[in-house]
Amino acid sequence: MNKKILKIAIPYTIPVLLGYLSVGIAYGLLVVKSGLSIWVGLGMSVFLYAGAMQFVAISILTGPISLVQVAAMTLFVNIRHLFYGLSFIELFKAFGWRKQYLIFGMTDETYSLLCGIAEKENIETERLFFTIAALNQFYWITGSLLGALVGNLITFDTTGIDFAMTALFVVIFVEQWLSAKSHLPALIGVASALVALKWFGPSQMVLPAMIFMLVVLLSAKKKINVGGDV
Amino acid sequence: MIWAAIIVMSLVTYLTRLGPFILFGKGRATPNWVIYIGKVLPPAVMGMLIVYSVKHVHISIVGEFLPVLFGIGVTVVLHLWKRNNLISIIGGTLVYMLLIR
Repeated sequence: MNKKILKIAIPYTIPVLLGYLSVGIAYGLLVVKSGLSIWVGLGMSVFLYAGAMQFVAISILTGPISLVQVAAMTLFVNIRHLFYGLSFIELFKAFGWRKQYLIFGMTDETYSLLCGIAEKENIETERLFFTIAALNQFYWITGSLLGALVGNLITFDTTGIDFAMTALFVVIFVEQWLSAKSHLPALIGVASALVALKWFGPSQMVLPAMIFMLVVLLSAKKKINVGGDV
Repeated sequence: MIWAAIIVMSLVTYLTRLGPFILFGKGRATPNWVIYIGKVLPPAVMGMLIVYSVKHVHISIVGEFLPVLFGIGVTVVLHLWKRNNLISIIGGTLVYMLLIR
C-alpha cells in the first residue's frame, strides 16, 4: 500500500470510518456483555466480516447451535451479497490477487464506495479498490476491539451516530442519480424496499425487496437506457 | 462448537460474495442480462439500502420519522450544493443526532 494511493483512498473512506467505528464499538460491547470472549468477537470481525450478520451471530452463539440452521440463517441474512458481485465481474477480470480479498470484503459499505468511484478514478483502480476495502475492514476491527475493551468507558452520548451510514448511502444515491441516464433503477430500488418493508416487516424485508427489484428491473430492460452496448 | 459456527458463517458469507464470480467470472462471455443487471443494480441497491438502514423507524411516530426525513433532506441539499461527501454526511448526521434529542 503506497502513500499516494492511501492519500486518495482515505478521504473516500471517512464516512465508513465514522459508521464502522461507532457500529463496531456497539458490536464489541455487545459481544462482551453477552458473555462471549473478545477472541470470538474479534475472530468474527476478521473472518466473517459482515456487520449485520455479526450482530445476529451474537445471539446465535449464545444459544443452542445447530450448524445447518446457522448456515441457512447466514445465507438468508447475506443473500443480498450474491448480487453485488454482478457489478464487478467485468472489471475484476483484469485484477490480480487483490481480487480475492475484494470479493471477501465486499460489505454493503465497501460495495457502495466502490460503486461510487468505479467511473471516476482510473489510476491503478485495483490498488485503490484494495486499499479502500482494507481500510474499511481495519476500521471495523478497530471498532470491535475498542468496544470489547473500553466500550464501558464511553460516557458521551453517541446515539444516532450510525446515521452516518444512511447518509453515506444517500450521498452515493445522489451521485448515481446525477450521472444516470435513467432514474428508473433508483426509483425501482426505493419502491421495492418500501413495498417489502410494508409487507414483510423490518426483519424480513431484504430478500423480498431484492426479488421485486430484480423482477421489475429485468422486465423493464427495454425501457431502461443504461448507455453502452447492452 | 462456537468456532465451528463461526467457520460455517464465514464460509457461507464468503460464498455469497463469491457466487457471481464463479457463475460468470471465468473465460466465457458474461450474458447480456447479467451485464445489464450489473449496471442497473447499484442505484437500485443504494435506494434499497437507504430504506433498509432506517427500517426500524415508525412512520406513524413523528418523533422518529421527522429526524430521518430531515437528516436525509439535509444530506441531499448539502450534497447538491457542495458535492463534497464528507460535508454532506457529517452535516446530515449532526442534524439527525440533534433532532432525536
